Amino acid sequence: MEFDPDHVLPLLFAGLMAFAFFLYAILDGYDLGVGLLLPLGEEGERDTMIASIGPFWDANETWLVLGVGILLIAFPQAHSTVLSEFYLPVLVLLIGLILRGVAFDFRAKVALEHKRRWDGFFFLGSLLASLSQGYMLGLYVLGFDSGGWVQLFALLSAICVTSAYAFIGGAWLIMKTSHQLQLRVVAWVRRSLWLMMLGIAAVSVVNPLVSPQIFEKWFSLPEAIILLPIPILCGVALLGVNYFLGHYPTMEQSGEDAVRRGDWLPFACAVLVFALSFQGLAYSFYPYVVPFETTIWEAAAATESLAFVSVGVVLVFPVILAYTLMSYRVFWGKATDLKYY
Amino acid sequence: MDTLDLSRIQFAANITFHILFPAISIGLAWFLVFFKVRAGLARSAYDADLWMRCYRFWVKVFALTFALGVVSGITMSFQFGTNWPGFMERVGNIAGPLLGYEVLTAFFMEATFLGVMLFGMQRVPPWVHTFATVCVAVGTTLSAFWIIALNSWMHTPTGFYIEDRVLFPASWWDIVFNPSMPYRLVHVMLASGLTACFVVAGLSAYIILQGDGTAAPRTALRGAVILAAILAPAQIFSGDLHGLNTLEHQPAKIAAMEGLWETQKGVPFVLIGWPDEEAAENRWAITIPNAASLVLTHDPEGEIRGLADFEHTPPVAPVFFAFRIMLAMGFGMLLLALVALWKIVWRRRYDVWLMRTFVSMTFSGWVATLAGWYVTEIGRQPFLVTGVLTTAEAVTDQPAENVAFSLTVYLLVYSFLLVSYISSLFYLARQSADLETTPGLWTGPSPQPVAAQG
Repeated sequence: MEFDPDHVLPLLFAGLMAFAFFLYAILDGYDLGVGLLLPLGEEGERDTMIASIGPFWDANETWLVLGVGILLIAFPQAHSTVLSEFYLPVLVLLIGLILRGVAFDFRAKVALEHKRRWDGFFFLGSLLASLSQGYMLGLYVLGFDSGGWVQLFALLSAICVTSAYAFIGGAWLIMKTSHQLQLRVVAWVRRSLWLMMLGIAAVSVVNPLVSPQIFEKWFSLPEAIILLPIPILCGVALLGVNYFLGHYPTMEQSGEDAVRRGDWLPFACAVLVFALSFQGLAYSFYPYVVPFETTIWEAAAATESLAFVSVGVVLVFPVILAYTLMSYRVFWGKATDLKYY
Repeated sequence: MDTLDLSRIQFAANITFHILFPAISIGLAWFLVFFKVRAGLARSAYDADLWMRCYRFWVKVFALTFALGVVSGITMSFQFGTNWPGFMERVGNIAGPLLGYEVLTAFFMEATFLGVMLFGMQRVPPWVHTFATVCVAVGTTLSAFWIIALNSWMHTPTGFYIEDRVLFPASWWDIVFNPSMPYRLVHVMLASGLTACFVVAGLSAYIILQGDGTAAPRTALRGAVILAAILAPAQIFSGDLHGLNTLEHQPAKIAAMEGLWETQKGVPFVLIGWPDEEAAENRWAITIPNAASLVLTHDPEGEIRGLADFEHTPPVAPVFFAFRIMLAMGFGMLLLALVALWKIVWRRRYDVWLMRTFVSMTFSGWVATLAGWYVTEIGRQPFLVTGVLTTAEAVTDQPAENVAFSLTVYLLVYSFLLVSYISSLFYLARQSADLETTPGLWTGPSPQPVAAQG
């Protein structure tokens, strides 16, 4: 087969962009989730909760910058269209990210009496960022249609993405904390789990209904059979987590080692569910970058530009992954003894 | 106001707010490297403790500054799409990859190693921690390299061809190293170094004024003064070269900076005056004869082209005044650095009036940087990319209400954050001074033992 850069490069960058957004959803997802759960923590617990994401949040957020950056580099036309459509939700997202990001540092530096205020901003910022992302996802899924029920669906999507983040944030905390705090988190996570399941179900049902193209993709044979594992696996993982968390407090009482061995399970399941949902969305919308309007090849930037950046990607990407792994290795284990300078 | 004006104000507000923080953090990152390396190389325990005290205080300031820079920078990457779709549609092939390289080579590196730098001191060996500090500094500097490459290209675009109104890259070398890039990069990096020097000096002086009798703030202050005394003259020299480069490539900007309406020989430098665009003359001007010609052409009778000669000219008054504010600030900083070099470094005297002067000049670098930024950006108008794309062509078709709304929200959030930032810096300084002067509160250089966790 002949190598055609005009065809391959946009595909490569679309894949890279999807990968960046996927990593963002998981990585900043747990940061935002911890922010959403913050008000539930007691005064002392909050420091631990925040310390658990402290060394990571900035790099995690950078995946969003990379995702939007690739949209801008590789698909400039789509970047303009999508962001113009999202003018106000993007404003909410940015204000949220600003508040969350600075609250992080301010709360550790201001006088004690102002600390609570910055905790409030931390929560508010995380909430605004999560809601706006869910809202935009909802609009995107429906192809930027307008109308009352579209708004309603987008709002539902906003709530469900927010609970998905709360879920993965809670799963992260189960892995990173211990004792009282950990047990309390288990209870919070079980609640957010149901809302998230509702959200995944809603998107899965609404999507094929509103778009015959997506219906065609999922429900024609033999695709339907090949794709069947996606929803099944998703359901099994979620119900499994729910069962595991239901039994967690008893396990904790019966001895520590059992707990130690299993406390990473909810997070692993959360990642799996995120991956499956993402895979489903990507499959539904491929090869469009603006749903049912612009394909990745129509929106692609000049091949010279993509070639120039792909050199950097090939050289730098492995390095980024390497030092990201290094950072996770350095901060492995429970977050309770993390000290901040 | 229409969408164009509002979008311009919004972008100006965003970039004004954003640049405040990198302006400090790029320079401050290298201060931290210096403190950390000195602590590592120290021969005595006393010296090691001294440099670590410097490091520990300034790393807090750095963390806060960096966080504000990150979050305000993210806003920018979205605003290209939300407010300036024409920019990405027409020059996306060139701007995109440069921004991409900034994300790939700089953002991830600084963000990841920042985590190690801030949280990892007890988790990694000292040399790894120092290495992380260096990586953060390199990351911030690389970030400046790419963004200045793009910004300079917008001023002096080279290395492209146009097909169907869309720009395509012809030579990446010519794009990155466009004619104004080396000058602008040096000028901006020096500006950042100076801004950091005066923040370090100002806050250290504030700590000393609080009654802190220890060596750490004095050491930091002396370091900042020495560096400022080197960087300030270098900056004036680089500014001169940058000006000559601008004269060659963007002569209309120079004409606006000088308030020069007609082409003439033996041009005087207008110290101060009121540029009246209607009458095309400077009112109440106080001038130095032949000075502008001498500086710009190295000949007192040299000819400089005036605004009347150009088809496209920027608004004169803002460029004219911003240029003078930058110059006044720059020379003020040089003067203070030289006086302090004599007083503080040579004679080791920390007079109260001098300390107060430093406190009042803490953010002088901000004023000079912003003024310089306004000169160059407003001086490029009406173009977004000189000769290729006007600002008006690139703007969004969003309704003005949307832009007015987002602008209001940004202004509110930014003012609140700026006040919080400045008050937090001085709070941190007071807190550090308290620790040093209250017996028993300071726990020494070694961290407190961590309670064992089950």
